[in-house]
Amino acid sequence: MRIVVLIKQVPETKSVKMDEETGTVIREGVESIVNPLDLYAIEAAISLKDQYGGETVAVSMGPPKADICIKEALSMGIDKGVLVSDRAFAGSDTWATSYILGETIKLLGDVDMIICGERATDGDTGQVGPEVAAHLSLPVASYINAIESFNNNSVSLSRQVEQGDEMLDVALPCLLTVVKEVATPRLPTLDGKIRAKAADIQLITADMLKLNPDYIGLKGSPTRVAKIFRPKVTRECELLFAKDDATIHAGVDKLYAFLDSKEAL
Amino acid sequence: MNNAKLWILAEQFEGEILKVSYELLGRAKDLSKKKNCQVAAVIFGANLGDAELQKLIDRGADFVLAIEAPELKHFDNEAYSRCMLGMIDKYEPEIIIAAATSTGRTLMPYVAMTAHTGLTADCTVLDIDEEGKLLQTRPAIGGNIMATIRTQGFMPQMATVRPHSSKPAAPVEGRVGEIVRVDGNDFDLSSNIKRKELVLSSEELQLQEADKVVIVGRGIKRAENIKLIRELCDLLGAALGATRDVVDRGWLSYPHQVGLSGKTINPKLCVSIGVSGAIQQLAGMQTAENIIAINKDPEAQIFKVADIGMVGDLFEIVPVLIAKLKNGESL
Ligand SMILES: Cc1cc2nc3c(=O)[nH]c(=O)nc-3n(C[C@H](O)[C@H](O)[C@H](O)COP(=O)(O)OP(=O)(O)OC[C@H]3O[C@@H](n4cnc5c(N)ncnc54)[C@H](O)[C@@H]3O)c2cc1C
Ligand SMILES: Cc1cc2nc3c(=O)[nH]c(=O)nc-3n(C[C@H](O)[C@H](O)[C@H](O)COP(=O)(O)OP(=O)(O)OC[C@H]3O[C@@H](n4cnc5c(N)ncnc54)[C@H](O)[C@@H]3O)c2cc1C
Repeated sequence: MRIVVLIKQVPETKSVKMDEETGTVIREGVESIVNPLDLYAIEAAISLKDQYGGETVAVSMGPPKADICIKEALSMGIDKGVLVSDRAFAGSDTWATSYILGETIKLLGDVDMIICGERATDGDTGQVGPEVAAHLSLPVASYINAIESFNNNSVSLSRQVEQGDEMLDVALPCLLTVVKEVATPRLPTLDGKIRAKAADIQLITADMLKLNPDYIGLKGSPTRVAKIFRPKVTRECELLFAKDDATIHAGVDKLYAFLDSKEAL
Repeated sequence: MNNAKLWILAEQFEGEILKVSYELLGRAKDLSKKKNCQVAAVIFGANLGDAELQKLIDRGADFVLAIEAPELKHFDNEAYSRCMLGMIDKYEPEIIIAAATSTGRTLMPYVAMTAHTGLTADCTVLDIDEEGKLLQTRPAIGGNIMATIRTQGFMPQMATVRPHSSKPAAPVEGRVGEIVRVDGNDFDLSSNIKRKELVLSSEELQLQEADKVVIVGRGIKRAENIKLIRELCDLLGAALGATRDVVDRGWLSYPHQVGLSGKTINPKLCVSIGVSGAIQQLAGMQTAENIIAINKDPEAQIFKVADIGMVGDLFEIVPVLIAKLKNGESL
């Protein structure tokens, strides 16, 4: 069995700064990390391998420095890393990204299962998983919160939906997107780190894939960001300071009157 | 159907139309006026009743495209997507809007990829430009920015919107529209996914359905103290929400989480207690009609989105508020 995990490198969101003048995101000096939700996908793949054997491969599309995040996956226990990187890929939206990732998986060949995170914390669309599945005409099972059992031609899963959990049997090959409940990501081990450091990461560039040049990068992206701005979040807040018994009671009286005036009692 | 250039994807559960469908119709009403077109509601199911489908018409659909077969009773991505792609081919809609539910978030990207067109996720604002094209505005980068996105040179223009991010359209009794029934068996309904059963969740709260929500933050300090907030919830008739920091500490379970990585709520009243108001948290509740905040830090971000705020110790304020609510007018 061969499992591919798709992982994305994202900026550490807490440290994201905004350029107030231009309204754009300042990327310089921002630390890059493995998309936190992809750690669950990595864990799901490694524990499947632990139980049933096989090979796990982490694939990431991004700038050359995305190899750091592939190394992290390797240090957790992923067997092999693949970096998909080319200047021609810059500006790809989810359609173009999924096309490139889909073609990469075709090139790798012999894949039984692809596992994605629920969404990336930067672009945050959650679309790449289902779109890769569509490009490869594979069944997609999204929002997987438990992988129950596995055999040569199918996998039993639990899928989180609004009303509860759906129990599914999915034929292989297939693509899963997983949510946090699926597993608890393990920490990299010292051995793993040493192995990761020494490991070769396979580099795949545009000319190694059979790509239609009109389908990649900004040009190949059906969606276009027309404008970026900072959300404005201001209301006129009436502040009541509660310092002692008297001000607490006066404040609560005002809250009560507010609730009453909004028919919220 | 020919002038129904704007489609929404309605959803049903056990034959009953889900409220999120009406929220989409609310948005569609506005957009169709600007675009000067009609609205079609697409719905999948098995033996859907006329009366149920009429509800979509009452709320603004000019056409209901009901695609039915036993295999379509529950969401099945392969079967649904083949039908949807067939319908898109036949009627050539210009815009398709779906809810960002477990169904919409799976079907829409699958269909968009295959139809070779763009899809914008989680829009909070949708608009139509002078050329009749869809302007899609959505938060990204952890809610730190808003981006307005266009789908240029590709059709249909597809978007998902978060459930509860807008008000449902009100019904107009006796509104006229047409129900178009399509036999699902006209399409290949075979599937590689077998749905064995649905285990209903015992989730006690319907956070997203509630009119009033109290959100508790890390200021509550420990799990035992949450009972104070529960008492307040009972008196207000409010559901209980929580910030991620509260959920991460295990003081309340994940279904309570409000925010970017939790639920989006749009209640009439939201009371935030001991919540700092991080941008990712605000993303889940700032559209509430009325917002009250209680926090000891006068600089807390939460006050920026509140209508009325009390600066002070929640452990002193909340018991007094509880007493006041218990005694009602008599105090
Ligand atoms: C402000 C802004 C808004 C945007 N809005 C849209 C939009 O609405 N529609 C649109 O089509 N594009 C949009 N994009 C572009 C989009 O962010 C990129 O295409 C991005 O590369 C992939 O999308 P995502 O971050 O949303 O990933 P998601 O779809 O959220 O990622 C889901 C999973 O797919 C896998 N994955 C995603 N990207 C990669 C990768 N590069 N390598 C390996 N695995 C990966 C991971 O497993 C991940 O957990 C936007 C970009 C910006 C900057
Ligand atoms: C990608 C991403 C997604 C996220 N998604 C979410 C999400 O979905 N939901 C979410 O909530 N967060 C989310 N976060 C986390 C978010 O950034 C904040 O860390 C979190 O909301 C803080 O929770 P809090 O307000 O409870 O805690 P804190 O920020 O620690 O605030 C506690 C507040 O309580 C006040 N306080 C303390 N004691 C008292 C007292 N005795 N009386 C009155 N006030 C008191 C303090 O003044 C402080 O303002 C996300 C972050 C990232 C990066």
